[in-house]
Amino acid sequence: MQVTMTVNGDEVAAEIEGRTLLVHFLRDQLRLTGTHWGCDTSNCGTCVVWLDGEPVKSCTVLAAMAGGHEVRTVEGLETEDGLDPVQQGFMQCHGLQCGFCTPGMMMTARALLDRNPDPDEQEIREAISGQICRCTGYATIVRSVRWAATHADGVQPEPVGSTS
Amino acid sequence: MTTVTAPTAGRRPVDKFDDNDQKPVGHGRMLRKEDPRFIRGMGKYCDDFQLPGMLHLAILRSPVAHARLVSVDVSAAQAHPKVKAVITGADLAEKGLAWMPTLSNDVQAVLATDKVRFQGQEVAFVVAEDRYAARDALELIDVEYDILAPVVDARTALSPDAPVIRDDLDGKTDNHCFDWQTGDEAATEAVFAKADVVVKQDIVYPRVHPAPMETCGCVADYERVDGKLTLWTTSQAPHAHRTVYALVSGLPEHKIRVISPDLGGGFGNKVPIYPGYVCAIVASLVLGKPVKWMEDRSENLISTGFARDYIMQGEIAATKEGKILAIRTNVLADHGAFNGTAAPVKYPAGFFGVFTGSYDLEAAYCKMTAVYTNKAPGGVAYACSFRITEAVYLVERIVDCLADELKMDPVELRLKNFIRPEQFPYTTKTGWVYDSGDYEKTMRLSMELAGYDALRREQAERRRRGELMGIGVSFFTEAVGAGPRKDMDILGLGMADGCELRIHPTGKAVVRLAVKTQGQGHETTFAQIVAEEIGIPPADIEVVHGDTDNTPFGLGTYGSRSTPVSGAAAALVARKVRDKARIIASGMLEVSVADLEWTKGSFHVKGDPGSSVTIQDIAMRAHGAGDLPEGIEGGLEAQICYNPVNLTYPYGAYICVVDVDPGTAQVKVRRFVAVDDCGTRINPMIIEGQVHGGLTDGVGMALMQIIAFDEDGNCLGGSLMDYLIPTALEVPDWETGHTVTPSPHHPIGAKGIGESATVGSPPAVVNAVVDALKPYGVRHADMPLTPSRVWDAMQGHPTPPV
Repeated sequence: MQVTMTVNGDEVAAEIEGRTLLVHFLRDQLRLTGTHWGCDTSNCGTCVVWLDGEPVKSCTVLAAMAGGHEVRTVEGLETEDGLDPVQQGFMQCHGLQCGFCTPGMMMTARALLDRNPDPDEQEIREAISGQICRCTGYATIVRSVRWAATHADGVQPEPVGSTS
Repeated sequence: MTTVTAPTAGRRPVDKFDDNDQKPVGHGRMLRKEDPRFIRGMGKYCDDFQLPGMLHLAILRSPVAHARLVSVDVSAAQAHPKVKAVITGADLAEKGLAWMPTLSNDVQAVLATDKVRFQGQEVAFVVAEDRYAARDALELIDVEYDILAPVVDARTALSPDAPVIRDDLDGKTDNHCFDWQTGDEAATEAVFAKADVVVKQDIVYPRVHPAPMETCGCVADYERVDGKLTLWTTSQAPHAHRTVYALVSGLPEHKIRVISPDLGGGFGNKVPIYPGYVCAIVASLVLGKPVKWMEDRSENLISTGFARDYIMQGEIAATKEGKILAIRTNVLADHGAFNGTAAPVKYPAGFFGVFTGSYDLEAAYCKMTAVYTNKAPGGVAYACSFRITEAVYLVERIVDCLADELKMDPVELRLKNFIRPEQFPYTTKTGWVYDSGDYEKTMRLSMELAGYDALRREQAERRRRGELMGIGVSFFTEAVGAGPRKDMDILGLGMADGCELRIHPTGKAVVRLAVKTQGQGHETTFAQIVAEEIGIPPADIEVVHGDTDNTPFGLGTYGSRSTPVSGAAAALVARKVRDKARIIASGMLEVSVADLEWTKGSFHVKGDPGSSVTIQDIAMRAHGAGDLPEGIEGGLEAQICYNPVNLTYPYGAYICVVDVDPGTAQVKVRRFVAVDDCGTRINPMIIEGQVHGGLTDGVGMALMQIIAFDEDGNCLGGSLMDYLIPTALEVPDWETGHTVTPSPHHPIGAKGIGESATVGSPPAVVNAVVDALKPYGVRHADMPLTPSRVWDAMQGHPTPPV
């Protein structure tokens, strides 16, 4: 079947099998491999992308269901103005280790901050509670999101490769 | 499936790696060099590779735990229009590839030929044009099983009437895997006989699974013309894997290139060689095309390396004043259907011998029997430092049982028995030589950070109100950094690590490692180790790893060995380069070598700081046209292989505070204080991250995680709906601290930190829960302490999980 959708602002059209999962469509066909796959059962959240501005687990969305809608992936977080503060925050606060859950975590974090620009620790924990990280123990992810909340206006962050 | 149009991919990272502004450069907090690609979704993991003409492999797995294979009919699968090949065990047997060695010198079926021995075992594989078609075709394979009685409970594995699982082994008539013992049985018995107090406790450390976010998989690409196999694979030990593939497949080792790209976590799960890798290699050899195999989550949980599964009887002997005299344990180890333990050959129980803990004992003894059962193979995985987590859990749990018996505060009991600073190096009663430590200092710092005395007062107050608050303490010593090659090898491969450092003419550098990060941040840490020694900023040092064609041989990353072994190699290779640089500098400054002084990044003439050359100047001279001192070759590079003289022994003191809901028996971890001593600290930010992750593992194992089986051998933890892993809501904001007691034999004094918290935290959590349940008379309850199991304990009948 034919599917047409907007991905990170670009319109894409493709011929797909009707059963194709959105995560596989993004990864295998569009080669947007920043969105990962981790569990099959909607538990891990490493596949989180936005569908019309809402975070969804793309392992349980058919690509066909995204037809006519807007998808945003981790590749769409960085703009001409630079990195999203959430991306900066994860680097600044060691919010990632292996990096596998990171795209999904950042997409959820961005959605949270768009609705609630100043979330407290508990609100952040609840927002990411549908996602699993095996490396960080979550505290640094919470700090990363708080960093993004307090640097929403693009304050120059500490450069990578420096020390403090 | 064809794409008509594609969106623009994200732009390439543009961050400059600004120079480390720490002067001098080197150790210290530094943001990670690998992060710019990860935060853009530009990490490159195994499943991200898509080669031209690539085919997809899927594995048919046994639905039952124990059965004889009667027939495998693949005709319908072969007729599927998108299927390129269907391979069974019989096909592999014709090529002599149906069995492969495990890392413990056992054998494991690549595809079953005679019987299936655990649920999820590999029976056949399909190669097809896309991943969906490959899975479709699995449904078309018709297998007839003659179902046999399974051995599920390890306690019954050696019963005379137990079905024999490993009838593939010549003359095998039972399910015995191995026996092992350590310590002095008679001396221990003598000490127990004279002790005032003896406490016994049965303690189970149930089977768990590391479940990294990225499952296991590979892309195998065999080039017929060159005869070269390239394997992109989820491997923590690419060099060891390459050697095993050479031995198994008969391909010459120089024609195999193993590339371990970005790994989405490992935790030991990516140490073993799994049948799926071998299947993909066979498929690429047969079809002449690149072949990708990626397991799904259920396959990962039911068939790949599990961890723990020790049924332990612990005994501790002490004086009535609380001086611990001896510890004795009898262990029944469940190794599953094949002994796939990844541990040094002489250590079939890993480093469980450190069960004497952090205490100065008179005697100790352990006797272990390992058995086969109809469960997935494995045995050492999940950040356990080769079974030290089981050892630490045993000793820290039973010390708490002793404290309960003596009615002593558990901290007081520990303080009374610690190995004292002046006793290091300390040889334990099981023969381990602890390198350095000041345990009391670390314990007291954790008490201070936790406000221990105030917590006890609060607990007393809450108990009066009927609230269940628990405070749990654990103190662990690890033995990591395997290891000295005279004692330690895996499949005959010594556990030394190579390292190569090359300084380019412009003073930039590349360091090539034998180890492989799974998220620990090697690209940053190792750049810092080299920077500290040679004075080149970390941003100017490229770290190459995870590619056997481009790195020196070494045994990989597990057992917290990267910093203790390869970290030492990196420091020493940099010093070797610096020694050569010193000679070149002496020529440049026209003074003798003895007249030069090194300040990080440059040599200057003693007493004349203005007369100096930088390492960058020296690098250009080393590659330039001018004369070099007599006997010195051009270039500025070196390679070494580091053979550790001993293991390193990081340690820590952990305090956990829990609240248990008396109505629902749900445990809430309110606080967790972790004070670690990993010797010299290279990057405190990364160290903290390693600790946080391990603490989360510990809470998960203590409260939630278990791979259980029903009586038919069906795995009950086969998805993330069934195998519960902590989310952000189950863990607190971690509180960390540190002391620094360098390792005396490590070149920079670093001891390793990767697994400390996973090892040290489970007993702290369990001790806290048991402490909370004291009003109910509970002395012990086994993990996982789920609400129903805690409720059972509160009702007076705590039950073992297996």
